[in-house]
Amino acid sequence: MHTLSINGNEQQVDVPGDMPLLWVLRDVLGMTGTKFGCGIAQCGVCTVHLDGKAVRSCVLPISSAVGHEISTIEAIGETEVGQKVQASWLEHEVVQCGYCQSGQIMSAVALLEKQPDADDAAIDAAMAGNLCRCATYTRIRAAIKSVSQA
Amino acid sequence: MEKPRFKSSRRRFLQGSTLAMGGLVLSTWLPPLIARSAAADAVAPGRLGEQSPTGYGAFVRVGHDGRVTVISPKIEMGQGTHTGIAMMVAEELEVSLDQVEVVDAPPNHKLYSDALLEFQGTGGSTATRVTWEPLRQAGATARILLIQAAALGWKVAPSQCHAENAVVFGPNGLRAGYGELVDAASALPVPTDVPLKKPEQFKLIGKPLQRVDTPNKVNGKTKFTIDLSVPDMQIASTLTCPVHGGTLRSVDDSAARKVPGVRDVVKLDNAVAVIASNYWACQQGLNALKIDWDLGANASINSAELEQALQDASSRDGVIAHKTGDISASLKSASSQFEAVYEQAFLSHSPLEPMTCVVHVRPDACDLWVGTQVPVFAQQTAAQVTGLAPETITVHNQLIGGAFGRRLDFDFITQAVAIAKQVSYPIKLIWSREEDMTHDMYRPHYVDRITAAFEGDKLLGWQHRIAGASVLARYAGSLPENGVDADAVEVAIEPLYAMDNLQVHYIREEPKAIPVSWWRGVGPLRSTYVLESFIDELAHNAKADPLEYRLKLMQGQPRAQAVLKMLAEKADWKTPLPAGQGRGLSVSAVFGSFVASMVELEMQGDKGVRIKRLVSVIDCGLVTNPTSVMAQIEGGTLFGLSAAFFNEILLEQGQVQQTNFHNYRQIRISEVPGVEVHLMPSLELPGGVGEAGTALIAPALVNALHAASGERVRRLPLTRAGYYIV
Repeated sequence: MHTLSINGNEQQVDVPGDMPLLWVLRDVLGMTGTKFGCGIAQCGVCTVHLDGKAVRSCVLPISSAVGHEISTIEAIGETEVGQKVQASWLEHEVVQCGYCQSGQIMSAVALLEKQPDADDAAIDAAMAGNLCRCATYTRIRAAIKSVSQA
Repeated sequence: MEKPRFKSSRRRFLQGSTLAMGGLVLSTWLPPLIARSAAADAVAPGRLGEQSPTGYGAFVRVGHDGRVTVISPKIEMGQGTHTGIAMMVAEELEVSLDQVEVVDAPPNHKLYSDALLEFQGTGGSTATRVTWEPLRQAGATARILLIQAAALGWKVAPSQCHAENAVVFGPNGLRAGYGELVDAASALPVPTDVPLKKPEQFKLIGKPLQRVDTPNKVNGKTKFTIDLSVPDMQIASTLTCPVHGGTLRSVDDSAARKVPGVRDVVKLDNAVAVIASNYWACQQGLNALKIDWDLGANASINSAELEQALQDASSRDGVIAHKTGDISASLKSASSQFEAVYEQAFLSHSPLEPMTCVVHVRPDACDLWVGTQVPVFAQQTAAQVTGLAPETITVHNQLIGGAFGRRLDFDFITQAVAIAKQVSYPIKLIWSREEDMTHDMYRPHYVDRITAAFEGDKLLGWQHRIAGASVLARYAGSLPENGVDADAVEVAIEPLYAMDNLQVHYIREEPKAIPVSWWRGVGPLRSTYVLESFIDELAHNAKADPLEYRLKLMQGQPRAQAVLKMLAEKADWKTPLPAGQGRGLSVSAVFGSFVASMVELEMQGDKGVRIKRLVSVIDCGLVTNPTSVMAQIEGGTLFGLSAAFFNEILLEQGQVQQTNFHNYRQIRISEVPGVEVHLMPSLELPGGVGEAGTALIAPALVNALHAASGERVRRLPLTRAGYYIV
């Protein structure tokens, strides 16, 4: 049995310690906002926050998440930066299919929490791990910049 | 896994497909096709009530609460079509977009066939083109009936009434909400004369309205197929034979069954599925299987062999797809000739949501919850696998996490149903990324050989040989009697450039061991790459400016000329660049639209490429939602750029070598500038946009590379020639 802190709530899960956080979220806890794309930390659609840092949940064993604060897309709108990023995403009409956008938003929020005045270089560095096959990159960059300048 | 039969005859299907991919012919073909489409016919005899199963009730329902439901014949996979279709209906029905809910049409070829595709599907960049008239008509019909119902009740003339914001207003302050009028309106005869608004009367169409599906896509609430859960559902994942055409001999599943969470192991002809309480357990179970495959006849096939066969084919004559003038005589009499051979690689679709399908097979019925571009084919394959009647198969279509053509196929649905048939509970099949990439249906590898004849400076014409697998034949079952794959030769048979002699050959060369399918951009993408590379070479050979050279040859092509000129201006074509930098152009008529694109790049060292600017201009006729058009060109451009720079599927011993995004890499935000998109104001009929940006970018890229480095790359992707992005 593992005790996890997810979006401020304690959750008990009875799963093997090497099960990735992604599948605990999705298949055990029914939190499907965090997506599966590659399983090898190459696409970033599974991005969540671990103590505020963007991590790829598809390769994070649940045993390593114990004792840390996990945040997911389901609750990121409750933070000030999260709310701003979501609003900016809609204002800039970033989304196409939308499948990768949970991960994009989690990476963007982690960046802006740490670096509220993120410039192009910082955006590139922080967002390079998040693929978008619809290639919404033009608007992702614009949406982040409008928050960072706000 | 057999494919379902197409309901429409093959001949009609082939005709439809030819048109569906949409080149210049569309502007003349579009109105009559729409006029006789099944969907348009269905608008006429209906009723307005919520329960109405047919009629414009096929597209529009108005509830007693006044809410409007639009039944979309097109699925949403990111292209914004749900919003565009809702805008068309709302425009004529006089409601605001937030009063409209969009749902996907159930499988029903008769009601929802695409007038260009001639089956119910979403693809070929046809959605706006084919819904433009019938969906506005459906909205207008409903509005007219609601007004008539109000007028009758008030005993006034309909001409004294008008509708606005879901309310009918009459003289002397009379007013009634749509909800109050539904029952009376449903009883009225359907008008035959349904005039539509003129563009200058549009209130919604042409405005950059917020998409209806995006708010829940920024907070994790949207459920894609992979996110669904139904009672008692288990997760399934498969290992399919690594060689296409191979089969399962036997499997030892004793260790797999001991993995905690694993519930069942199911054998198929060419695959093994592990069913478990969660995906992780499925993968642990699959890893523990000891499988004995019969790899079959394709187990020795390598890419080199397939490529050689295509090279050889490109020197044969095949069948003649188009002939104007006499190119043989021109080549004989020519004062000079120029030949080039271009190659394009096999490509995977790799949408970020892998192939996935939820299915529950019961003795008397079956439910499918799946994001599919082809709901009727999904229904038919489930019927075939289960032996159930199609009407007992319910398809619940879902928002799609990327398709790019992949979900025009239903192999994964067939597999999901075959697994579910063997168990009593619902399953959600999820392919791993590795399964998804190695068991895709790939964009074909093509070899084009093109030879131009000149008399002095004058282009007499060219002979163009196109060798490759036929996606059309694979999808429809065969090619028409003339043996021409109309998709593969599209654009090539109608170049924008004036010439007296043109001969286009199609040489069908089917690769072993690798199934092929539609890939975003389809025929127009493959031919635009070749033509726009070739014309650029001709311009350089003539020591002419590539822009001026094109413009001079583009006679009788005002819309193409206009987008190219606008591009030149927006992209600062005439401003000189320092050495080591270059710009490349492309222009084409694709999917009923005219598009021009420019890449500006800088060489860093021998092979390092920094992409500095990407600019596109599109004339897609009347625009429904300009934001969606721009977003499609932005994303489509980068989608095509990613493939042209990096992507190639290769076979060794019959097995696809690219397995995940580490060895089939995609472009990242840090590697590209934003795409600058400009819309040409236009009152022409709408053209397609979803694939338009993708179709233009590869030639602009290789042309820019040539301008910057002097090296002409004739084989995609660029990484094959050692280039990398910095």
